[in-house]
Amino acid sequence: MTAVLATDTLGKRYGRRWALKDCTLQIPAGRVTGLVGQNGAGKSTLLNLAAGLLRPTTGTIEVCGGRPASDPDQLAKVGFVAQDTPTYAGLSVRDHLRLGAHLNPRWDDDLARSRVDRLGLDLGQRAGRLSGGQRAQLALALGLAKRPELLILDEPVASLDPFARREFLQLLMEAVAEQELSVVLSSHVVSDLERVCDHVVVLVDSEVRLAGEVETLLDTHHRLTGPRRGTHSLPADQQVVSARHTDRQSTLVVRTERPVLDPSWTVTELGLEDLVLAYMERPAPDRPGAPAAAGADGSPTLEVLK
Amino acid sequence: MIWLSWRQFRLNAMTALVAVAAVAVVLAITGPRLADLAAAGAAQVFDRLTPADITLFWAGLILVAVVPAVIGAFWGAPLVARELEAGTHRLAWTQSVTRTRWLVTKLAVTCAAAVVAVGATTLAVSWWSAPLDGVVSATRGSLPGHLTPVSFAMRGVVPVAYAVFAVVLGVTLGAVLRRPIPAMALTLALYVAVQVVVPLWVRPHLVTPTTATVVIGTDTLDGISLDGSGKVGSITVHTAHRGDWILSNETLDAKGAVATLPVWLTDCAGGPPTTAVDGAVQAEPVDPCLERLTAEGYTQRVVYQPAESFWTLQWAETALYLAASALLAGFCVWWTRHRLS
Repeated sequence: MTAVLATDTLGKRYGRRWALKDCTLQIPAGRVTGLVGQNGAGKSTLLNLAAGLLRPTTGTIEVCGGRPASDPDQLAKVGFVAQDTPTYAGLSVRDHLRLGAHLNPRWDDDLARSRVDRLGLDLGQRAGRLSGGQRAQLALALGLAKRPELLILDEPVASLDPFARREFLQLLMEAVAEQELSVVLSSHVVSDLERVCDHVVVLVDSEVRLAGEVETLLDTHHRLTGPRRGTHSLPADQQVVSARHTDRQSTLVVRTERPVLDPSWTVTELGLEDLVLAYMERPAPDRPGAPAAAGADGSPTLEVLK
Repeated sequence: MIWLSWRQFRLNAMTALVAVAAVAVVLAITGPRLADLAAAGAAQVFDRLTPADITLFWAGLILVAVVPAVIGAFWGAPLVARELEAGTHRLAWTQSVTRTRWLVTKLAVTCAAAVVAVGATTLAVSWWSAPLDGVVSATRGSLPGHLTPVSFAMRGVVPVAYAVFAVVLGVTLGAVLRRPIPAMALTLALYVAVQVVVPLWVRPHLVTPTTATVVIGTDTLDGISLDGSGKVGSITVHTAHRGDWILSNETLDAKGAVATLPVWLTDCAGGPPTTAVDGAVQAEPVDPCLERLTAEGYTQRVVYQPAESFWTLQWAETALYLAASALLAGFCVWWTRHRLS
């Protein structure tokens, strides 16, 4: 696996607060990687570090084989669509395309113009008058026409309505298919990413909780439903991700390479959203199995309710 | 990058062009009359000035004083701060241009425009005032000579250096404060503070001043001032050239030490409280007193910048401001590279 983005014990601190901590990560080239996490989990920090807008406090980060934003060549390799898709309010759509053409050696003007045409954007319109969805599309057009090796999108659809979200992601996917570029995009809404990602990274509390290929993750995670019982009786290869108990029933999410054979469990497949949520509600790995232990005790006060 | 800098700056440039053109038109219409007056007799030119001429003279001074400050606050301060506030720096800094080049280009375009705008304004105002600036007379019709602090900073090349300094100051404060409005306010405040400090404490020493010992007499006397109790407190004299900028004016006794004036001088010359005695007309009453002062060995020590040092001082101060601007710009680049995100 060639990594388009590789970090080693990467950390970023603001004053006394760590926005990103001990992050070691490899994101494969040629894939669409979704970065999931709650607001404030460190998604933006990681992506801004990758774009070279931030400098790491600890550790290292390498993007497309170089230090982010170290020189114009390196900058040309990475496209970045920042959160809230900033554009110059006073400049027209045409001016933004000119800006891209003047500032990027690999600029693909035909691509930029055809995208803008397809969106029906008026070239003379000021960016400040565009709707949120149109502005996001303009920012995406700028990012794509730069012809980067890696395109990073920080919460590109967060401020868009459902229709604009769908349209944005669809156009992004078409472009990815045409251009063979690697994409990393973040969102706090998993369903946005489900349709488009083939690789996922889950950030919780400034730390990487899960990273892997979506297909593999879905194949190795199962939801087990059955009569109420503790988790200590599970086979050794079944690793509990989350456990929930009601008076009669237990629902577990487990990770295992092998099939689940115990006939008392009803095994169902997980969607990406359920899988990610299971990891998000899981405690940090340095306190392993806390809810599982609580479940084993059968103590009703520690039951996890959603 | 030059294209983007220019595109973002275009409106400012057009506004400045219109403003400078308007000023130039007013000066071009009123200027030739002054030149005619001066041609008719340089010495009397001040007596023939109309109130409108005097108003225009001061308006020109104020204009050249104010324009660099305004440029610093309105062009400099928002340059980076507005991008940081709107978040557009994240768009600009992720194109294939380094942050350093982005900042240096924007700074250079803005400074160049400031140099042109202030340079043109100063040139127009200096041209208009030239018939008056060049005239040497005792009172100059109460208008300041061009080496005095009031006028020096609005003539020659220094305004251009002030403009560059104001822009760099504004940009730096904008980058540090990250918000345009506070940056504009602080830019104005700091710029004014520097413009007060430099003429008071720095400019007099930019070129080593000349020290001269002047005989106190009616031909050199500038004024006798009384202290609070009605006694003669101090004497001021002037140098041979009326255009000199006098920095200090002290009375020395026979031994060459700084002296307080003798008590008898109050009885001798303390009559009518005239603080400025102009030439021979009112000189008779003090004449014997001054002769007695000289006879007792009193002289006057004057430290001054001679009128012919005007351009030396201009270039020295220009160099000072440009050096300060370069240091500040270096800091601004460092800050933008390492402290902004």
